[in-house]
Amino acid sequence: MSGGHSTYTPKTGIERWIDARMPLPRLVYDSFVAFPVPRNLNYAYTFGGILAIMLVVQIITGVVLVMHYASDTSLAFVSVEKIMRDVNWGWLLRYMHANGASFFFIAVYLHIFRGLYYGSYKAPRELLWILGCIIYLLMMATGFMGYVLPWGQMSGWGATVITGFFTAIPLVGTWLQQLLLGGFSVDNPTLTHFFSLHYLLPFVIAGVVVLHVWALHVVGQTNPTGIEIKSKTDTLPFTPYATVKDAFGMIVFLAVFAYFIFYIPNYLGHPDNYTQFNSLKTPAHIVPEWYFLPFYAILRAITFNIGPIDSKLGGVLAMFGAIAVLFFVPWLDTSKVRSAVYRPWYKLFFWIFGINAVFLGWLGSKPAEGWYIPAMQASTLYYFAFFLVIMPLLGLFETPKQLPNSITEAVLAKNKGAHAHPAGATAAPETKG
Amino acid sequence: MSATDHSDVTRRDFLYVATGTAAVVGTAAAAWPFIDQMRPDASTLAQSSIEVEVGSLQAGSSLVVKWRGKPVFVRNRTPEEIKAAQDTPMADLKDPIARNGNLPSDAPATDVDRSAGKDKENWIVMVGVCTHLGCVPLGQQGDFGGWFCPCHGSHYDTAGRIRKGPAPMNLEVPVYSFISDTKIRIG
Repeated sequence: MSGGHSTYTPKTGIERWIDARMPLPRLVYDSFVAFPVPRNLNYAYTFGGILAIMLVVQIITGVVLVMHYASDTSLAFVSVEKIMRDVNWGWLLRYMHANGASFFFIAVYLHIFRGLYYGSYKAPRELLWILGCIIYLLMMATGFMGYVLPWGQMSGWGATVITGFFTAIPLVGTWLQQLLLGGFSVDNPTLTHFFSLHYLLPFVIAGVVVLHVWALHVVGQTNPTGIEIKSKTDTLPFTPYATVKDAFGMIVFLAVFAYFIFYIPNYLGHPDNYTQFNSLKTPAHIVPEWYFLPFYAILRAITFNIGPIDSKLGGVLAMFGAIAVLFFVPWLDTSKVRSAVYRPWYKLFFWIFGINAVFLGWLGSKPAEGWYIPAMQASTLYYFAFFLVIMPLLGLFETPKQLPNSITEAVLAKNKGAHAHPAGATAAPETKG
Repeated sequence: MSATDHSDVTRRDFLYVATGTAAVVGTAAAAWPFIDQMRPDASTLAQSSIEVEVGSLQAGSSLVVKWRGKPVFVRNRTPEEIKAAQDTPMADLKDPIARNGNLPSDAPATDVDRSAGKDKENWIVMVGVCTHLGCVPLGQQGDFGGWFCPCHGSHYDTAGRIRKGPAPMNLEVPVYSFISDTKIRIG
């Protein structure tokens, strides 16, 4: 663990007995009780814990939904209706699972934006960041395949469009598409493939989460100043400070989640998915789940051929490139300063990036016609320019603000403005949790 | 062990390489069934051909049949539709290849090569799957009076040729033949 050896001391005989054989209590104590966290963490840092809760919610609700679901094209749609109408609490479990996916993505997007704002990806946290990108990719695959299972119109046609991406790949594309579909079109084998993988992938995600947390506990958390921990006064023990702060964040987040489940459970869904899939009739306007919309806009922005690459392959490459570029962020950002707090220009471009990402999402929900197309193209251009041009160049040209010498100094300087008395940082830790 | 002085290759080296090769080939051979099982199975491949009765189709009407899980459009085109397609200069076509399974793969996308052939130009048979990302285009819509894909806005003309939008290719013409004046076999 970062900055020190284990402080766990088994108190009872049975604890000593276990500790000598398989020191799991020691690992838990060192990781989640004594683990030192920067004392200046704000609520943006609570989404890691929220994401862990959401993964557990999805796995538990998913496991019980499977007890009632049938992965056969003749039964899938009605079995979901049966869950909604007949199964005890089925409506609640399904709405938790369906909205849970959306809230999982809300949390992961806020978590990623937190990382981009505070420069959490910089050395020595590159692997931590890349493991996070892998989790995000796995989440997208899981979310997409889960959306196919209710076998509604959006399920089937979403699967048609997304597996169609693979046909853009030269030589092996069609072979790959048929491997995924198990046929020439979306049909029963597609449903059974996706059902199997949708059950598998969350456990793969859980495995990568373990690696992500492991990497985090080797290098330690970043913080809003972006300065590494230098002394003991810079930190607080994980429990109770971070535990309670994370728990409060979770309660607020789950309260909003509950509002969606109980009052607007279909707000984030699409009414066409309550119509059974018909392989001969495409709905007038196909849209993916909201969390894919920015990438859907990027896909459709490429309406022109680029040299030997036709518009179809170009769109697919741009869409996958938009995710792939995240993996290279630790090396694209050349600035020596981590946090946007001390980078005035980066801060500006970051917020433009955030607004642009939301705008891309909105464009993704619109048909590919009229002024939406040039808007998608301009927005896509900024998306890539932010990573490939702005990030590398800003590090060379931007003059960062003066950094404080330590986390403690930053906390004291901030509190000086708020309190007249020169309270020592350790004397009032509750104000900086 | 080593028979000659100048050889660095020992029997142990040989065993390492042989074992390693056997392990790699064995792993690949063992993995293949786990991958290959996902590909289209025998029952899916068996749906290879269907026969369709088209005698009842008047000029200007179409029918859609399901072949290999995909829709196939069969249309008896009106003289105006045929003329519109024939009058289109080849230079206006985004994809100049006929994409007709019954013709050589480099046949040009002229109207006659897209249709059922000389004297049967009124008939057009195409897989109703947009060559962009696989949606089913809507008939007699779009800027060219042919087919229009609602998903991403691809416009096809009355010969099913891509004219505008993101789709890269003309709608595919499957292998088919007239087995009588009123009946076709697809596949």
